[in-house]
Amino acid sequence: MATLAISETADGGRVLALAGRLDASTIRPLWDEGRRAVAAAQGARVVVDAAKVDYCDGAGVAMLIGLMQQGGPDRVEVANLAPAFAALLGQFDAERLARDLDPAPPRRPAVEETGLVAATIWADLKRLIVFTGETAAALAWAVRRPDRVRWKDVWMICERVGVDALPIVALISFLLGVILAFESAVPMRRFGAELFVADLIGIAMLRELGALMTAILLAGRSGAAFAAELGTMTVNQEVDALTTMGLDPVRFLVTPRIIAALLMTPLLTLFADLVGLLGGAVTMHAFSIPFVTYIREINGIVDFGDFMAGFVKSFVFAVLIAGIGCLRGLQARAGASSVGDSATSAVVSGIVLLVIVDGVFAVVYYLLGI
Amino acid sequence: MAAALPDDPIIRVRDVTAGYGETAILEHVTFDVRRGEIFVILGGSGSGKSTLLKHMIGLEPTLAGSILIDGDDIVTAEGDLRQAILRRFGVMYQSGALFGSMTLAENVRLPLEEYTDLDDGEIALIARMKLAMVGLDAYTGHLPAEVSGGMQKRAAIARALALDPKIVFLDEPSAGLDPITSAELDALVRRLARGLGVTFVIVSHELPSIFAIADRVIMVDRARRGIVAEGDPRELCDSSPDPWVRRFFHREAEPLPA
Ligand SMILES: Nc1ncnc2c1ncn2[C@@H]1O[C@H](COP(=O)(O)OP(=O)(O)OP(=O)(O)O)[C@@H](O)[C@H]1O
Ligand SMILES: [Mg+2]
Repeated sequence: MATLAISETADGGRVLALAGRLDASTIRPLWDEGRRAVAAAQGARVVVDAAKVDYCDGAGVAMLIGLMQQGGPDRVEVANLAPAFAALLGQFDAERLARDLDPAPPRRPAVEETGLVAATIWADLKRLIVFTGETAAALAWAVRRPDRVRWKDVWMICERVGVDALPIVALISFLLGVILAFESAVPMRRFGAELFVADLIGIAMLRELGALMTAILLAGRSGAAFAAELGTMTVNQEVDALTTMGLDPVRFLVTPRIIAALLMTPLLTLFADLVGLLGGAVTMHAFSIPFVTYIREINGIVDFGDFMAGFVKSFVFAVLIAGIGCLRGLQARAGASSVGDSATSAVVSGIVLLVIVDGVFAVVYYLLGI
Repeated sequence: MAAALPDDPIIRVRDVTAGYGETAILEHVTFDVRRGEIFVILGGSGSGKSTLLKHMIGLEPTLAGSILIDGDDIVTAEGDLRQAILRRFGVMYQSGALFGSMTLAENVRLPLEEYTDLDDGEIALIARMKLAMVGLDAYTGHLPAEVSGGMQKRAAIARALALDPKIVFLDEPSAGLDPITSAELDALVRRLARGLGVTFVIVSHELPSIFAIADRVIMVDRARRGIVAEGDPRELCDSSPDPWVRRFFHREAEPLPA
């Protein structure tokens, strides 16, 4: 416990007699009282008498310094502090502590902020273009020198990107097939046209949804994972270590990931197509359309071109997602939160790019009449 | 408050087997740390010093034995008791382990904000004082990534001292510091130990600093899986019966086979 007794001297000053144990758990009320007493002294001398203080740790010293700062060091004096505690107090310079020696820089004016944001976006775009070039060069190198690619890494990443994604891809595409079939079968039935639901599912899954859903899942799983892995490596200076060893980080880290994504995404897309069709078949079965009829209907409407339309897209999506994930990872700056930012930005910009590129594909296919 | 007895142990380590999972690194470790002393753990690189420290602060469960911190066993403590034991000490990890998204001042403020009822200005003053103690009051607004490795280490020490704990564990505090800063750190440790009775448990290789501040040392060895020497560093240096211990203090390599 600690106590504070305040007495007034003849010249209007104050004597603050502290007693007991000064630590973080006891100083709270004393500090407030002391502050009021120093203010009440109105410029007269204040003596903090610490003769009866039997313990004073860092928090207690902070209170003494706080009072000294408040009144100014030549007006507030600490007296009779035991030598051990006085040594703790003596190591600080109250005036120096009163100043913030490392203030945050002042906010920039709005115009400057706007300019900075624009410059950042521009720099990001340039970085994207440079990165695309570097990646293309690294992939070309991989084609010329396949023996130099780190295939062990590639297979390991393939497992994480492809095999481990099978359950979630199966779940989502199956549900997609079921829901799509159900939602369209209910109104179609009014016209007795349930059978044509098969056409809808076949075309939608193969041309569009199989590739797109797989790519979105890839962005959420592997894009984010790549960004976090490479981001952590960047933060820990592992990427710097590669560079100083003369190893190109793009060739070393990005190439295996893009190759793995290129190998796995089309397979996952194929898998998603099939599971989606299966989901549709299950719903159709509930609407008493037999499996054989469903298959025959799809077979009649969907041709190889439709399948290729989706399949080709999946290669482009793979490069896009893996590339953006790696790029965001390599752009990480410092600290745990920047790894989080990289992962977030990998998923967000990955999905935005997906939508844009998918739109471009739709236009191109339309113009080419595919 | 009764005066502390000179050899009243604040930490009792009894027959502890320290290790990870099933793998034992050190076996049958028994020693006491006395209240208010500066206690140094010595040993070769990879000998298990950090491992022992991790067990003493309750991060890793011991494979056998008990560790009493001020009378309570940290190995078996749970809930509120464990929380209370954790409040008795501050730790500086070998890697610093500062929170990367917070400035140095915010790192030091965090425990103060969570565990005291002081107001904002008071906490700010204490945080600045702690950083001033390690010579970093001009870097309060910097992020850990923006200061040097040695500065991160010093900021981590400031954070360990934030709540004025009774016991402070430091894992290689002076590694990476220049001789002057390292001597200043020694002075700080001594001031806190002698002035406030703070107990320090320090893992260190810095022989000059050990001779300057250590009251007692223990030495651990990986090959012999335990403590190989215990006592006053000067005595061990001059007259330990164990040749390996003497070589360690005299910085001599293994004698070459003839
Ligand atoms: N998390 C862990 N899991 C398993 N084994 C570990 C782990 N951390 C350390 N070890 C092993 O424990 C042994 C001792 O490691 P420790 O980190 O305690 O060494 P140290 O004495 O602190 O060395 P240094 O002076 O280099 O820091 C080493 O052989 C190491 O391989
Ligand atoms: Mg260690």
